Amino acid sequence: MVAEIIKPENIAYAKSKVLTDAPMHYCPGCSHGTVHKILAEVIEDLGIQDKTIGITPVGCAVLLYSYLDIDWVEAAHGRAPAVATGIKRANPDMHVLAYQGDGDLAAIGTGEIIHACNRGENITVIFINNGIYGMTGGQMAPTTLVGMKTATTPQGRQVDINGYPFKVSEIMAQLPGTSYVTRQAVHTPGAVRQAKKALKKAVEKAYAGKGTSFVEFVATCSSGWKLSPTEANRWMTENMLPFYPLGDLKDN
Amino acid sequence: MAKIRGAIVVDTEKCKGCEVCVVSCPFGVIALAQEVNGKGYRYAYMHQPDACTGCISCALVCPDSVITVYKVKIAAAASE
Repeated sequence: MVAEIIKPENIAYAKSKVLTDAPMHYCPGCSHGTVHKILAEVIEDLGIQDKTIGITPVGCAVLLYSYLDIDWVEAAHGRAPAVATGIKRANPDMHVLAYQGDGDLAAIGTGEIIHACNRGENITVIFINNGIYGMTGGQMAPTTLVGMKTATTPQGRQVDINGYPFKVSEIMAQLPGTSYVTRQAVHTPGAVRQAKKALKKAVEKAYAGKGTSFVEFVATCSSGWKLSPTEANRWMTENMLPFYPLGDLKDN
Repeated sequence: MAKIRGAIVVDTEKCKGCEVCVVSCPFGVIALAQEVNGKGYRYAYMHQPDACTGCISCALVCPDSVITVYKVKIAAAASE
């Protein structure tokens, strides 16, 4: 019976053609892979594969240029929005995406992202927020939750020593240059569908010249959190999502 | 009434056995194999193939895009 179903004409879902065949280097269950996949699907659906330039970050997603078959530029740590600004201004007919993690965007690159969003550059910024520096071994990031244990806060983040977690999307939503600010996740099939819709809208709005689109993904880092991938998704739902609630923060 | 049947094909060499598809399947179709692939991961496979409806939930959440989903509508007369 199964052999009768598995025929090319019955395909309900297959890997996007924008994704390359390179096996991803991420740990099992990493949210990066799922976000890369929906980004590839959005690019395929909009038919903009040859009109898209991406900026890769410093962090685990640094090798993103190996996985999506579009043009890429690698930026210095935190500088993706500045590089994206230059590329978009020189090529106004291209779709320009900056892809960054929370250590990249919310720590070393805070200046770049705030000013790019405030100038209203017509770019799409994808921001992966897993609450730690995943690539370097799970150190505290600006987005780490209060009480969350990391390699550099083994007793949990304490407000009197480490300060408060940084809600990036809320700040970006206040800037006049942003047209679309949303927070999404990719931990369940429903969330993935929702996130893909939001990402598509973000890319379209930035291309239409409405201003900066900012898409945050609340993500997991099972290795950095020292949990299995499914436990990490559960931990994220119970701890990250109450503090970083999903949904659109700004849409105009 | 037409019945919907589905099936999945997993690229077992690229699967990392993260189990995200296993918990996302609404019908308990998927499980991890006892054998491992070349990377040492227990890969996902259809444990209960008859329960699959081709709803694509597993493929949506798969971080490594290793799942291809197939779906067919079977007319009632043909399946009886």
